[in-house]
Amino acid sequence: MRDLAIRYWRTVTRPSAYYSLGFLVVSGFVAGVVFWGGFNTAMEITNTEQFCTTCHEMRDNVYQEIQPTIHFTNRSGVRAVCSSCHVPHDWTYKMARKMQASKEVWGWLFGTIDTREKFLAKRKELAGREWERMKANDSRECRNCHEFQAMDFTRQSKRAVDAHSAFLAKGEKTCIDCHKGIAHRLPDMANQ
Amino acid sequence: MRRTAIFFFTSFLLLGNAFSQHDPLRGAARVDEVGKAAPMVNAENNDKKRVRSYAMQPPTIPHKTDNYQVDRFANKCMTCHARTRVGETQATPISITHYQDRDGNFLADVSPRRYFCDQCHVVQMDGVKPAVQNRFRDVETMIRNKKK
Repeated sequence: MRDLAIRYWRTVTRPSAYYSLGFLVVSGFVAGVVFWGGFNTAMEITNTEQFCTTCHEMRDNVYQEIQPTIHFTNRSGVRAVCSSCHVPHDWTYKMARKMQASKEVWGWLFGTIDTREKFLAKRKELAGREWERMKANDSRECRNCHEFQAMDFTRQSKRAVDAHSAFLAKGEKTCIDCHKGIAHRLPDMANQ
Repeated sequence: MRRTAIFFFTSFLLLGNAFSQHDPLRGAARVDEVGKAAPMVNAENNDKKRVRSYAMQPPTIPHKTDNYQVDRFANKCMTCHARTRVGETQATPISITHYQDRDGNFLADVSPRRYFCDQCHVVQMDGVKPAVQNRFRDVETMIRNKKK
């Protein structure tokens, strides 16, 4: 094993005998572009609604529930897809979240929530995890679209103005504190 | 003579009925047609308390309640109108009757028979005229008119 490692190390560190420096630089550049492009394209595919709803856990539960809500159908036709809220848009945070999300593949393999009943039983835990995440990062994914600085209080209802200027402006509360269950149904909220 | 009179009278009634078949709920559509639905409007959302028509009337909701979840898992209304929440939200607390069971005993939380808010409390749509007129007068108006 050690010998094998040493042999590879020698091959890698030895100067190239047959290929010109130009060829190596150019082909390295091209391979880099292909790899990076491919990686990001694959990453983008896993961010689409079509990808998420290929699993029936998503398609039959949460995807059905978002459809009557304002984030799916509304007067201006702007739509938030799964990843708009559940995956950070910033690259570093996005990679971290994607790695965490690989656990969901495990859950899918072992059918953790493969029936409606199992899903409902686990919903509080699942929702709680998202609420925690939103609270910890000051509802960053909400703010990707709903920027506080861009809110026109004169266009909001009185109730919204009161709440936003009293609690949101001071940073006392963050979006998710009040806006729970706006895109999916709520879990059992008794003793919440 | 009398028979002729009855005949004319009934045919007059029937005819009159046929001409005035305008149903306030269905619009001008004929019985075998599907009427054109009125355009949708939003619920009033100005948070102004409305006058109740009689003392026991469940107050109407002065704000939008679109997509409010009220089921066995959660009650969205209670996130503001519950006894313990009104300090923060300044919403109207649900009345004391909502904590009573049907025998008049007071419970710790909202009584199951009062749980589904929109069985009694409803929003009012913005600028919609009532499709069917009614002659309801509240009790104060009746008393005032009687005195005159």
